Amino acid sequence: MEKSMKINFRLNKTLKSNIITYGIVIAAYIIVQLLVNAGQVSNLMKGLLVPICIYTIMAISLNLTVGILGELSLGHAGFMCVGAFSSALFSISMLDAIPNAGIRFFFAILIGAFFAALAGIVVGIPVLRLRGDYLAIVTLAFGEIIKNVISVVYIGKDASGLHFSTKNAMALNMAKEGTVIINGAQGITGTPKNSTFTIGVILILITLVIVLNLIHSRSGRAIMSVRDNRIAAESIGINITKYKLMAFTISAALAGVAGVLYSHNLSALTATQKNFGYNQSIMILVFVVLGGIGNIRGSMIAAVLLTLLPELLRGLNTYRMLIYAIILIVMMIFNWSPKLIDLRKRYFHKNRAEKERA
Amino acid sequence: MMSFISYFINGLSLGSVYAIIALGYTMVYGIAKMLNFAHGDVIMIGGYVVFTVVSTMGLGPVAGILLAVILCTVLGVVIEGVAYRPLRMASPLAVLITAIGVSYLLQNIALLVFGSNPKSFTSVVTVPALKLLQGKLIISGETIVTIISCIIIMIGLTMFIKKTRAGQAMLAVSEDKGAAQLMGINVDGTIALTFAIGSALAAVAGALLCSAYPTLTPYTGSMPGIKAFVAAVFGGIGSIPGAFIGGLLLGVIENLSKAYISSQLSDAIVFGVLIVVLLVKPTGILGKKINEKV
Amino acid sequence: MALLEIDNLGISFGGLRAVDNFSITIEKGQLYGLIGPNGAGKTTIFNLLTGVYKPNTGTILLDGENITGKKTVDINRAGIARTFQNIRLFKELTVLDNVKTGLHNAYSYGTVTGILRLPKYFKVEKEMDERAIELLKVFGLDEEKDILASNLPYGKQRKLEIARALATGPKLLLLDEPAAGMNPNETTELMDTIRFVRDNFDMTILLIEHDMKLVSGICERLTVLNFGQVLTQGKTADVLNDPEVIKAYLGE
Repeated sequence: MEKSMKINFRLNKTLKSNIITYGIVIAAYIIVQLLVNAGQVSNLMKGLLVPICIYTIMAISLNLTVGILGELSLGHAGFMCVGAFSSALFSISMLDAIPNAGIRFFFAILIGAFFAALAGIVVGIPVLRLRGDYLAIVTLAFGEIIKNVISVVYIGKDASGLHFSTKNAMALNMAKEGTVIINGAQGITGTPKNSTFTIGVILILITLVIVLNLIHSRSGRAIMSVRDNRIAAESIGINITKYKLMAFTISAALAGVAGVLYSHNLSALTATQKNFGYNQSIMILVFVVLGGIGNIRGSMIAAVLLTLLPELLRGLNTYRMLIYAIILIVMMIFNWSPKLIDLRKRYFHKNRAEKERA
Repeated sequence: MMSFISYFINGLSLGSVYAIIALGYTMVYGIAKMLNFAHGDVIMIGGYVVFTVVSTMGLGPVAGILLAVILCTVLGVVIEGVAYRPLRMASPLAVLITAIGVSYLLQNIALLVFGSNPKSFTSVVTVPALKLLQGKLIISGETIVTIISCIIIMIGLTMFIKKTRAGQAMLAVSEDKGAAQLMGINVDGTIALTFAIGSALAAVAGALLCSAYPTLTPYTGSMPGIKAFVAAVFGGIGSIPGAFIGGLLLGVIENLSKAYISSQLSDAIVFGVLIVVLLVKPTGILGKKINEKV
Repeated sequence: MALLEIDNLGISFGGLRAVDNFSITIEKGQLYGLIGPNGAGKTTIFNLLTGVYKPNTGTILLDGENITGKKTVDINRAGIARTFQNIRLFKELTVLDNVKTGLHNAYSYGTVTGILRLPKYFKVEKEMDERAIELLKVFGLDEEKDILASNLPYGKQRKLEIARALATGPKLLLLDEPAAGMNPNETTELMDTIRFVRDNFDMTILLIEHDMKLVSGICERLTVLNFGQVLTQGKTADVLNDPEVIKAYLGE
């Protein structure tokens, strides 16, 4: 009897923490909606609402790879790129076939997640055999390859279906009334603007459910055991490759969902260094590091703050990347320097001793 | 045929720059066991120092390179001491993230100081171009100087490691940090020296790179830096001749794919090579296998 | 039929014969000790048995099944679990979750079931919790079930490693220096625990140990390894009185 009570208590503890996380998202959503309705939100801020959702999803999904799986991926924006382009292509070619924007966008999200997951598997199978630094550099390489390849793709549509080329728009050989959808480096124009703040928040909540429930499940424990000690995990019969690939693929799929939000928030989409290059991947890594590696709620909050701050404090924008750089260095030294660890321990023990005396 | 040879030679020139950068990468990786992501950005700083000395202050290229070497050496040692040394015991993930932070810091400091507009770099090379086969084949002075510098540096570095005490200490630290310490080797000092040499080489690479591709921006170093790491992995990380061979091969592959396949896809092809190498022979062309202790 | 039969096992590293012509037979339910000076190749044999290294020669039969050269994961599923000389726990997981990870293959539900929190998730998780706590109780760790493994004192970390290995439901348990770093009281307690595990889990145990009190106290048979080769093997008392063994330990 007592035993089962204890078990329930433990479950309640993680449940409580998860409910707080969901609660923060829902409360933030309600507050923003109230402010918008009261006319208290500037246009600049309104324009930031969907990007905030995008970066929040990206940060949570990258934290799954970095914090839970324990592998540094520097190509996360590449998966976002795949999600963005595949879903935009779907939405534009289905404009007539599925006139209902809601249903079309629903399928676009699934398509984006699916193709990003597929990219995750294709990248993950070779990459996850590597360790540490090599894995980081190869994910970076893959991110760049995805971006480069997409910017030489031409896809057009006419009565006879989709046409494909890697040379130029003329090489598509379409009938006269055909339209070019992806125009090489010029990218995609005319994606329907379906992304809204509400959909963004719903997607954040779904992302949270997936990641948090995964962590506190049998598969999640297996993933974290690989992170903590690969050799021990193997020795107790955990299939390393399977769980690494699982975490990596889910993480890629979620990045793809963020990409869908991204492409359906802009009328013109191109694959550039700025939006899908490794700079973007590293910015998201900053969110994860600042929020705490492995801390899902923290990375969510960091993503929101670091997206808002530079926009709100205009003067800060010039120094934005500089500040990000310093955050990375200081956070790592703060967390890992033996001297600082000692200092923290001493301070912590002093506090605890004082509390016990009181 | 002539155009192929010319592309090939230009590839060797680019590859020589990669090789010089890769030497720095491979030494640091071999000895400190870390991927110094900021190495490419030290190249960029070297480029800006040469630019400032030559174009703004009007001094000669020799003074420019000399000052760049000195400043980059100091910069390398400072980076190691401030950012990397406290993390000697930290997880590789933490070290890599710090290195990325340093890379961004250098880029953004350069951005604040020099602005984002590209500077047009005056070549430091005064050697005239070589005209062969009645002018059908022209090899630029930059190409000649770059290839020769690379060979001199490679030989010099090999001699340094084989013949000097400091070089032997480096070898010992790369084999086993703990044992080296017990044998009385100053491990911290050796690692600092490695960063100093790597950064000095980066300054030279910066001057040569900017002479061959004369636009200088705060991001000039980052792509060549990453590609040089690819070259180091390609040749076998930790191996000096490996960095040399890997650099040359990568330069040639990149230039030929630019010429014959697609200039937009050349980076993708270079990275594709990295992936194939790591899958087929993860230790690279000349690398050694490291067994994990259980 | 013996539970474990190893015949002519050998491996070289860079020309050095780390283990050579190693043969051993362990009966079901035996408590077997593997001893020898440092660097004799004891841990290497554990690594060969668990598929961390692939042997150059020889065969390993577990309960009649040939497991030579199989992957670590498959060998664990075939019935060998181990602990490590330098403790390898999942440091960022709780004590309970360490054991539940050991139960990974014994209790199953899919990833989607976990994410969607279907009824099966709650049912299986509850069973896993109960089983894990049972195991923790054997080692007196149930009070600490919710703290991180890295925060356990050293002796308890060793015990948790054994609990995690047992959770995989092995036929053969390999313990690599289980008493290392323990004080005499802890060692005595550990000896009782090992006996308890053997009796209550129908376990066969092969252990590497330097602590002679533990070895002579609980091992029924011993094999002495020196320079990668079997020096002698037999009943514990006979082996420990063998002059060759004393010489190997004390040097010439």
